[in-house]
Amino acid sequence: MRYAKKEFKPEVIVEEFDESYKLGKADDIAYSYKGERGLDEKLIREISAMKEEPEWMLQNRLAAYKVYLSKPIPTWGGDMSPIHFEDIYYYLKPAVTEKKSWKDVPASVKETFEKIGVPQAEREMLAGVKGQYDSEVVYGSLKKTLSAKGVLFLSMDEALKLYPEIVKKYFGTVVPMGDNKLAALNTAVWSGGSFVYVPEGVDVGLPLQAYFRINSESAGQFERTLIIAEEGANVHYIEGCSAPSFSSASLHAAVVEVVVKKKARVQYTTVQNWYKNIYNLVTKRAWVEEKGEMRWVDGNLGSALTMKYPSCVLAGEGAKAEMLSIAWAGKGQHQDTGAKMIHLAPNTTSQIISKSISKNGGRATYRGMVRINKGAYGSRSKVVCDALILDEKSRSDTYPTNKIFEEDVILEHEAVVSRVSEEQLLYLMSRGLPEHEAEAMVVNGFLEPVMKEVPMEYAVEMNRLVGLEMEGSVG
Amino acid sequence: MLKVKNLKVRVEEKEILKGVDLSIKQGEVVALMGPNGSGKSSLASAIIGNPKYEVIEGKIAFEGKDLSNLTPDERANKGIYLAFQYPAAIPGVTVREMLLSALRTRNKEVIVSALDLKKTVEIEAEKLHLSTELLSRGLNEGFSGGEKKKMEILQMRVLKPKLLIMDEIDSGLDIDALATIAQNVAEMVKEQKMSVLVITHYQRILNYLTPDVVAVMKDGVIVEQGGKEIVDRLEKSGYR
Ligand SMILES: Nc1ncnc2c1ncn2[C@@H]1O[C@H](COP(=O)(O)OP(=O)(O)OP(=O)(O)O)[C@@H](O)[C@H]1O
Ligand SMILES: [Mg+2]
Repeated sequence: MRYAKKEFKPEVIVEEFDESYKLGKADDIAYSYKGERGLDEKLIREISAMKEEPEWMLQNRLAAYKVYLSKPIPTWGGDMSPIHFEDIYYYLKPAVTEKKSWKDVPASVKETFEKIGVPQAEREMLAGVKGQYDSEVVYGSLKKTLSAKGVLFLSMDEALKLYPEIVKKYFGTVVPMGDNKLAALNTAVWSGGSFVYVPEGVDVGLPLQAYFRINSESAGQFERTLIIAEEGANVHYIEGCSAPSFSSASLHAAVVEVVVKKKARVQYTTVQNWYKNIYNLVTKRAWVEEKGEMRWVDGNLGSALTMKYPSCVLAGEGAKAEMLSIAWAGKGQHQDTGAKMIHLAPNTTSQIISKSISKNGGRATYRGMVRINKGAYGSRSKVVCDALILDEKSRSDTYPTNKIFEEDVILEHEAVVSRVSEEQLLYLMSRGLPEHEAEAMVVNGFLEPVMKEVPMEYAVEMNRLVGLEMEGSVG
Repeated sequence: MLKVKNLKVRVEEKEILKGVDLSIKQGEVVALMGPNGSGKSSLASAIIGNPKYEVIEGKIAFEGKDLSNLTPDERANKGIYLAFQYPAAIPGVTVREMLLSALRTRNKEVIVSALDLKKTVEIEAEKLHLSTELLSRGLNEGFSGGEKKKMEILQMRVLKPKLLIMDEIDSGLDIDALATIAQNVAEMVKEQKMSVLVITHYQRILNYLTPDVVAVMKDGVIVEQGGKEIVDRLEKSGYR
């Protein structure tokens, strides 16, 4: 169907430099370590030595490397063949060391942080900030009132130095190295990432923010994040991600482990806006104890391929878990995302709300699993996956799996694939909105149930990104 | 204000309007009646620029300008508004968000404050006895038939068009709701000199909203035009 007149706009060519991606230029920063491409045991020993790690961590890395080598590259999910593992720089250390004060951060790094609003956001609404370039954290801060209460917000490297016993106690317990090939790789070469520790009964109030940037071509970023919320603690952690526009693929393979103790609450929000040639293969999992609450909020824009299925293990009675996600698959992109909810204890509840949009030949896949073990009676789980397909070239698939070993449970599943209807477009246009704005409005409305769970500033940012994606393809 | 001349419209290879002539002056209320399937809704669709309704001959002019090359949004921004018989639902978008975008698109110079609009919408909702709970729901999402119709009128009151077309706004409305809606429309006619095209099957709405002209459509053409007496006659003896 055609309206009487159409606006023509030049199409953005994503293969070349994409103007709409404002974080698109690599920052000119110096590296104090940039080893050879590729990975071997020697490099792993070097990384560990440079970080002056305890022996157990080196041994852990070496063991993980063996697991990594022994596992085949996954063939399900997306196409990982464009990743040339032998060409990747596994460890890139910026010459700057972590700064605690904003005025000490080098100008080039500052500029990017300014662009994404990190210092501004920090002033107004954050309890603490971390910024990581390639392999290392270059900036960090935490409000004094929180450190006085015993809250720790450190880079993982720092945490390993200062609190080795806490790190040792939890590291790899939620996501074991053998979980999958990329988790093993991360365990072998990890660097940077956040360490958050919230003592019993402490409510952090404002969110903690970490920002990750891949700044070098063919770089691998393997940050490792560990969040521990002790009994009754409450924390909201937000991560933002970006990378410049390079012609060859870069790899982001993070591992995130979250431990939610009795009656604690953790929200983990991701606003991801990678450039369109990043391979984003991330393992995220939370362990939730009695009456604890875990919530993942995940906005996936950008990247060539994202494979990410944040999961929750509901280990204690009455635990609650929620996963809210948005995926945008544009030209040349595949978003293979979903969630896993594993109910081990009675009266546990989980909810997955997954919203995907595909446009311009993009492909969005929902892949999810709900498992309710024997003995997890009285548990309930609800899965809603909605896909919005904006044109004929684009694609959406849904692969839900349910493994239920207990009778006394409730499981709901809804999956709806929709398009923006002609009636909706005509209706909004008849109120005065041009066609592309009408379409964007329907899309934003579709995303609203997830957006409303994201802090205002981030929702505005995500809406803006969605708007850019929509505009870039009107024609 | 509106001049429809010898309008022929085709939908899916079928000619539905076969030479419609109709004019509406500023501030005038015109009632359009006629048997089911005669083409009344199709005329409304053609006027707002629904692309399914292809104009094959004749023209529609608004304030002296031919509309044929204009998209629905451009026609809306010239001041044409259709209160839909079956408005589409827009999940996740409140009426306020939609109106704010619409007002901002229409007039880029004037800054429309979200707060002012919120107040305006609340005042209009109250006048229409429309529950404020509906204002924070997705537009038309799970609204009852009557609520949808009131919401159409609410939007009209905020957007202040020059020409309002109502397609069977009276169907499915309870007596009080009908009176409320008709009064809200009549007020706009009086205060803003808005023109109205009322498509209806019943006399009742016309008791509240007195038509200056009554036109009767049959099989894609206007077969009769006159005053309110036509309504009384049709009410008694039908279209035959
Ligand atoms: N989108 C469409 N596709 C196919 N046929 C259509 C379409 N719209 C209208 N028609 C046909 O055009 C004719 C006129 O329909 P229209 O809805 O305009 O009548 P109406 O006068 O509004 O009738 P009613 O009083 O029942 O509402 C009917 O035969 C109808 O089936
Ligand atoms: Mg009709």
